Amino acid sequence: MTSSPATDPRSVAGKTLELSGGCDLLVVGAGPAGIAAARAAVETGAGVTLVDENPVPFDEMGEHVPQLWGGRMGAEIRNRTAMMERMLEVRPDLADLFDLGVDLRLGTACWGLFVNRANLGWMPGPVAGLRDAGGSSLVGFGAAVIATGRRDMGLAFPGWDLPGVIGAGAAQMLAGLNGALETRRAVVLGTTTEALLAARDLAAAGVDIAAIVEQAGAPQADAALVAEVEGQGIPVLFGEAPRGVTGDADGVTGLQLKGRAIACDSVLLGMGAVPMIDLLQAGGARTVFDAARGGFAPVLGPGGATSLPGVYAAGDCAGVWGAKSADPGIAAAEGAAAARAVLGQAAAAVAQPPEAPDLDGYRKGWVRAAVIEALEEMPVCLCEEVTARDILDVRPPRYLKAGAGRNAELSLSDILGDGPPDPDQIKRLTRAGMGPCQGRRCREQIQALLALREDLTLGAIPLAGYRSPVRPMTLAEIAPQREDPAIAEQWDSWFGMPRQWVPFWDVEPKYTVASLANRKDHVSE
Amino acid sequence: MSVSNAKAEGAQVIVVGGGVTGLSTAFWLAEAGVDVLVLERGLVGWEASGRNGGGCSHHHSPLFPEEQRLWPVMDDLLGYPTEFRPDRIRIALNPTQYELYSRAVVNARHQGFAVDELDAQQVRDLVPLAGETAYAGHYYRFGGHANPHRTVQAYAWAIRDRGGRVMQHVAVTGFVTEGDRVTGVETDRGRFGCDHLVIAAGPQTARLAARLEVHIPMRSARAEMIVTEPLPLMPLGGIDGNGLYGRQTLRGNLAYGGGPHEWVETEALPDRDRPATPLAGHIARRLAELLPKAAHARVIRSWAGLIENTPDGRPVLDRPAPWSNLTVGSLSGVGFGLSPASGRALMQLVTAGRCDFADLSSLRLDRFSDLEPDWAALQGWLPAAALAV
Repeated sequence: MTSSPATDPRSVAGKTLELSGGCDLLVVGAGPAGIAAARAAVETGAGVTLVDENPVPFDEMGEHVPQLWGGRMGAEIRNRTAMMERMLEVRPDLADLFDLGVDLRLGTACWGLFVNRANLGWMPGPVAGLRDAGGSSLVGFGAAVIATGRRDMGLAFPGWDLPGVIGAGAAQMLAGLNGALETRRAVVLGTTTEALLAARDLAAAGVDIAAIVEQAGAPQADAALVAEVEGQGIPVLFGEAPRGVTGDADGVTGLQLKGRAIACDSVLLGMGAVPMIDLLQAGGARTVFDAARGGFAPVLGPGGATSLPGVYAAGDCAGVWGAKSADPGIAAAEGAAAARAVLGQAAAAVAQPPEAPDLDGYRKGWVRAAVIEALEEMPVCLCEEVTARDILDVRPPRYLKAGAGRNAELSLSDILGDGPPDPDQIKRLTRAGMGPCQGRRCREQIQALLALREDLTLGAIPLAGYRSPVRPMTLAEIAPQREDPAIAEQWDSWFGMPRQWVPFWDVEPKYTVASLANRKDHVSE
Repeated sequence: MSVSNAKAEGAQVIVVGGGVTGLSTAFWLAEAGVDVLVLERGLVGWEASGRNGGGCSHHHSPLFPEEQRLWPVMDDLLGYPTEFRPDRIRIALNPTQYELYSRAVVNARHQGFAVDELDAQQVRDLVPLAGETAYAGHYYRFGGHANPHRTVQAYAWAIRDRGGRVMQHVAVTGFVTEGDRVTGVETDRGRFGCDHLVIAAGPQTARLAARLEVHIPMRSARAEMIVTEPLPLMPLGGIDGNGLYGRQTLRGNLAYGGGPHEWVETEALPDRDRPATPLAGHIARRLAELLPKAAHARVIRSWAGLIENTPDGRPVLDRPAPWSNLTVGSLSGVGFGLSPASGRALMQLVTAGRCDFADLSSLRLDRFSDLEPDWAALQGWLPAAALAV
C-alpha cells in the first residue's frame, strides 16, 4: 500500500508554526541560577539564549505583574535603557556572559512554553513564546532551564491596594536591581527569612525600617537572623496584625496595627515567598504542594528535571527555603546542575530543603489575623474586586446584581459539591483570580481561606491553574508576525466538517465517508 | 417507573457525566420529579462544557426551535443566573465570509427566525469596537450567548434544589446488567443501583458505552480560545465573525475561539492538562481584524478543551439496542448552547422513549450502521502520533 492517510484539512496537520530562530539551551531568568546555567552551558560550546523580563515595562509594573511592585518606583524606572545598564552594573557576572557568547536578552519576557505531550503533538519541537519591546515571537529550543525566581504572597487588609504596599521581595528588587525604590520608611509584615533579609538589605541601603511585625508569638526565621536585624536597631513586634493604613494622594502614610499606629510610607509584605511557577505550570509541568519548598513547586527529578521533557527548573522557582534565600550559591549550584543534566553530564548533588517550617499554620495565621478580621472591607482579589466574604459565600460578581441567594445559608461543600474546594471553581463563580495578574496577589490567600473554612491543610486545596500567556499582551502584540498561509486558507470558526452544519432536513439517512462524495455547500456554525 | 433497583445508594435514573448535557438531562428529570443521581469523575462542567464560546444559535439542529424557546426562560427555570443575553451580530470582513455566513441565515429563516442584513456602516454603528475592516454583517434576532461557567453550576444547583444528587470525583468502573436491563453502576466509591442509565460523558461516552457493547464512533480533538481584559461593554455582546466564535462577556472581556483543531487520543483517566498553544496568537490576529478598535486590549489567558466528535459531527441522542433502559447522549462538540433542549429531549427519551417536540431521527446511532470501519483514518481524524506509527 502506498496511499498516505487522509488529512483533515481543518486540523493542525500539515500546518507549520513559524518560528523566529532557536537555540540549544533557553534559560529564562537572569538571577544566580539562570546565570550559572547559562555559563555552564556556553562554556561547552552550546548555543545559549538567556532572557529576563526585567526591566519590566512600566505599565505592567502598575498592574503588579509579575511582582507586587506597589507603586513606590522612582521616575527612572521608565527609562528602560538605563534600567538595563543598571542590571549589568549590579550583576557583573551577567555582563560576563556577553563576552562568552550568550545571546542575552534583557527586557524579554517568556510568556509560554509549548512542549508536545499528552493531548498535544503539533509543536515542531519545544517552543517558547517571547515578548520584548518589539512584540512577541516564537523560538525553538533544545532544552530549557527555567529560573523565574519567586514572588511575594499578598495579604488583604484595608488599604492594601494603595501605593506603598509592596512585596518585600519586590522592594528588594526595586532597590537592588533597579535602584529605583522611593521608600524612605517602611514597616515589614512577617518574620520569614526572606522578610528579614529584605529588611536587613533595605536598611543597609538606607531605608528606615520602622518595625518588623509578626502576627504569631515567635519568629518564623532562625533566631540568629532575628537577632541580627534587632542588632541593626529594628524592633520586632509579635502578636500584631494590620488593621488598615492612613494615606494621602501619594499612598500610604502610616500603618494601623491592632494595638498601635506606625508612621511609614511603605508596608512590605513578607509573610510568604512563593516559587514563581506560572510559566512551568501553564506549560504543563506537574506541580505539588511542598511546604518545605514554599508552596506549589514543580515535581523535580535529577538535575531539576521537570515532568516536561527537556525542561529543567533551578533557583527559587524550584523551591524557596530560608537557607537558599540566604545563600545565592545554592541557587547557582542548582542552575549549574541543571545545565550539566541538559548536557548529559553526571548529575551534581545540590542542597535539599531542610525539615519544613510550619508553613501551613504560619500562612493561615496571617490570613486569619488580617483577612478574616476584615472579611468584607477589602478585596482579596484586587483585579476583580472580590472580598473574602464574596469568596466564602461564593457570591456571583457584582455586575450581576444578584446576592448570594441560597448559598449564604449553605456550607462551602454544599455549594461546591464533593471534594476539596477548588480555587478554580471559586474563580469561575466569583471571578476571584480571574484578572490580568492571574491571581498572583490573591491565590495564597484564597488557598488559606478555603482551607481555614473547611479545616483542611493548605496542600489539600488544589492549585488554581495558570494560563499562557503568563504575561498580558495586546492582541496586536501576540498576533504572529508571520503565519503559514495554509492556516488562513483552511481557517474555520469550528471544525469545518462537511455535514456538521447541514440542516437536519437535508442530511442523508445513513452517514458514510463515501457519502461525502455527494458535495453540499460548506456551511458554518 | 419502578424503584426496584433504586436502593439507598442508587437512584431511579443515574446520569454518568456532569457536563452540560448530563446536567441538563438530570435537571429536567429532577424537575419532572424523578429521583436522579449524576456521577462526575471530576468537577461539574470542568471540561468543554465550561470552556466554550457560550453561543446559543444552532440553526442546523432539530433542537433549534426548543433552544430558542428555552434560553430566555432558563434563569427563571433554574433559579440562578446563566448570564444569557439574546441576539447576535455576525460580521463578515469580505464577500467570501458574507456568502458563507448567509447560508446559515437561510437555514434560520427557513425555520421562521428573523435575520437583518447589515451594511458596513450599520455594523460600525451597532458594534463600537468594529472598524474599517467590516464588509457587512447579519443581525440575528434570535440566539445569543450565556456564561458557560455559571450555567453548568446553575444546572447543578438546580438539581440539588429539586432533591437530585450530583456526586463529584467519582469514577465509573463498570456496569451491572440483568437480561436487557442495566441495573447498576460500579464506581470507585461503590455500586449504585438504577432503573435507567444515561451516559452523557462527552469524550468518555464511547468508552463507557462500549462496556455495554454499544459502539458509538467518536474521536476527540483539542480546540482553543483566548480571553482579553475587560473592555467597556458594547450594546450587544453577541458579536463574532471573521472565522471566530465568541462574545463579549457581561464583565467586558472578549472571549473568542476558532481555527485549527488537533485530533488527540481520548484518555481514560482525568488529567487537568489541556494544552493551550501559540494558536492563541492566530486567534488574536483575527480578533484584532474583526474588532480593530480592540487591538490594544490585552490577552490575559488562553485555554483549551477536548471535544468529542461523531463522524458527521452531529449528535447522538438515542436509546440504543439491545438495552431496554439505556439512553446515550453526545452532542458532538456543539453541546453548550443546545443544552436546555438536548437535556429536555434526553429526559423525554428516558421517561417516554420518544421526544414530543423535535424530530430526533437524524440523531439516531444507527445512521452509522454502514460506516466504514476505518472512518477515522479516512477522514484524517487520527492523532499525529498514531499516524507516525
